[in-house]
Amino acid sequence: MSAISVSAAPKPVASTWQFVKDAFRRHPTAIVGAAVLILMALIAIFAPWLGTVDPQAVSPIKRLKPPSAAFWFGSDMLGRDVYSRVLYGTRVSLSIGVAVALFSTAVGLAIGLATGFIRWVDAIVMRIMDGLMSIPPVLLAIALMALTRASIGNVILAITLAEVPRVVRLVRSLVLTLREQPYVEAAVAAGTTLPRILVRHILPNTVAPLLVQATYVCASAMITEAILSFIGAGTPPNIPSWGNIMAESRSMIQIAPALLLFPGLFLSLTVLAVNLLGDGMRDALDPRLARRM
Amino acid sequence: MFGYLSRRVLATIPVMLLVALFVFSLLYIAPGDPAAIIAGDQATPEDVDRIRASLGLDRPFLVRFFEWLWHVLQGDLGTSIFTNLPVTHLIAQRVEPTLSLTLCTLIVSVALAVPLGVVAAARVGTWIDRCVMAFSVLGFSVPVFVLAYVLIITFSIELEWLPVQGYRPFREGAWEWLRHLILPSMALGTVYIALIARITRASMLDVLTHDYIRTAQAKGLSSNAVLTGHALKNAAVPIMTIIGIGIALLIGGAIVTETVFALPGIGRLTVDAILRRDYPVIQGVILMFSAIYVIINLAVDLSYMFFDPRIRY
Repeated sequence: MSAISVSAAPKPVASTWQFVKDAFRRHPTAIVGAAVLILMALIAIFAPWLGTVDPQAVSPIKRLKPPSAAFWFGSDMLGRDVYSRVLYGTRVSLSIGVAVALFSTAVGLAIGLATGFIRWVDAIVMRIMDGLMSIPPVLLAIALMALTRASIGNVILAITLAEVPRVVRLVRSLVLTLREQPYVEAAVAAGTTLPRILVRHILPNTVAPLLVQATYVCASAMITEAILSFIGAGTPPNIPSWGNIMAESRSMIQIAPALLLFPGLFLSLTVLAVNLLGDGMRDALDPRLARRM
Repeated sequence: MFGYLSRRVLATIPVMLLVALFVFSLLYIAPGDPAAIIAGDQATPEDVDRIRASLGLDRPFLVRFFEWLWHVLQGDLGTSIFTNLPVTHLIAQRVEPTLSLTLCTLIVSVALAVPLGVVAAARVGTWIDRCVMAFSVLGFSVPVFVLAYVLIITFSIELEWLPVQGYRPFREGAWEWLRHLILPSMALGTVYIALIARITRASMLDVLTHDYIRTAQAKGLSSNAVLTGHALKNAAVPIMTIIGIGIALLIGGAIVTETVFALPGIGRLTVDAILRRDYPVIQGVILMFSAIYVIINLAVDLSYMFFDPRIRY
């Protein structure tokens, strides 16, 4: 064993490059997804320095210009630069996607751990989750948004609430399997306290599947945000999110289809990248399943 | 068998009660004064009081909830704040376009997705399989309204084959009715097809490794007979499950699709109600859609008895 690993050890100089090449050979689509995501994150961070103008700057004489050197993606019905609006929109979609993924994973993990170990909590919480899961997620988010004032915080809250039940289900099923494992029984027999068992023995084993789930939640949250904004119940109209840009350009489809295509393209590309990354991580975690899914 | 049937049917009652409680308590959970939010920014204090009284927000929560539930059980979903018409009446007016859209999409999607998944599994690793899987990932990633606009731009504006928007009732002619539903169904169905095809393929691949498949092949059955007669029937339970769960995608997607294609259905009613903060309508629509979702998934559960007789415990 040691002889093999010594002889196969890559030269230190080439190791990073070799690692990337290996990863690309094994999961080409996942690496492409990651690359697109990094690109989108860079766009979001550096939006003000990428040749953009104020995305809210109105210029009535330059209304509905087709894509040109001055307006790369054209201008909308108020003469705003669509390129700048789409680039700034990256910020909204990415931050909402990441925030919902983080919050729903954290909340779902906490609730899931509690239901997996405390019987009376399980009985009550799982019935509530069943009820929540009986409402189609987009409808649930719509209902919550209809009753709150439009703000990015409320959008994140509404989508998180719609996503949490599925995370709880996953964590609970993981915990129910894990707590029957001999090493957990051994820890219980040795008198280890419950919080310590959770942190030392259960938590580390939930990280990998949760990471995969979090990417899917992120993809679904970005789509839900766009849907909410598109029907007018999401991100406030003064913030350029991809859903908002498409909603505003809806009536212009016959005159200026580019107004709808560019934000749509960015949204689809980003969601695709997240999904590819998620699929790659899932395959890496469970190679047996990889052939099937 | 009747034991399983009645247990499953009875189990939906607490779930629906919870949904009802949740839909009802949304008004109370929301931060701020719901009456003021519903009344809008230009409302006078009298308007706010009127709305508060009409929603019953001035009375205790539980009293109000059981009163509301009692009315719902009698088929009364309340009265719209904006139009002053009964919510059930508003929904009934709009049922046809939504039912046409979702049924068309459901039938076409299942008819396309299951064969796609079966073929991909039978030819696993070939270019056919790769194409189906690539389509499935793409289908998950392109949001329904983005796809809808791409379809409109291609088939309606550029090629001028199909109408851009609108709906024709079935009684005005089946062909016109269908022509107006083709693009909406394609837009709405893609993600559903992607989901069902993916699960069908996974479930088939799992079943195809079993011994009885080899036995069936060994006794000389044609590969089609093995695939459809032996494999597909045994792979059916996960496929049925995902068809049922996927209904949530159809319902959420229908709201968006109706907005894009200007179909005067329940989705459009929902969006209008949100923009006007017509809460009784929103409540009624969510309760109705959730009830349909629960009932369809109950039917799916009961269908397991047909596909897998061992489930009649």
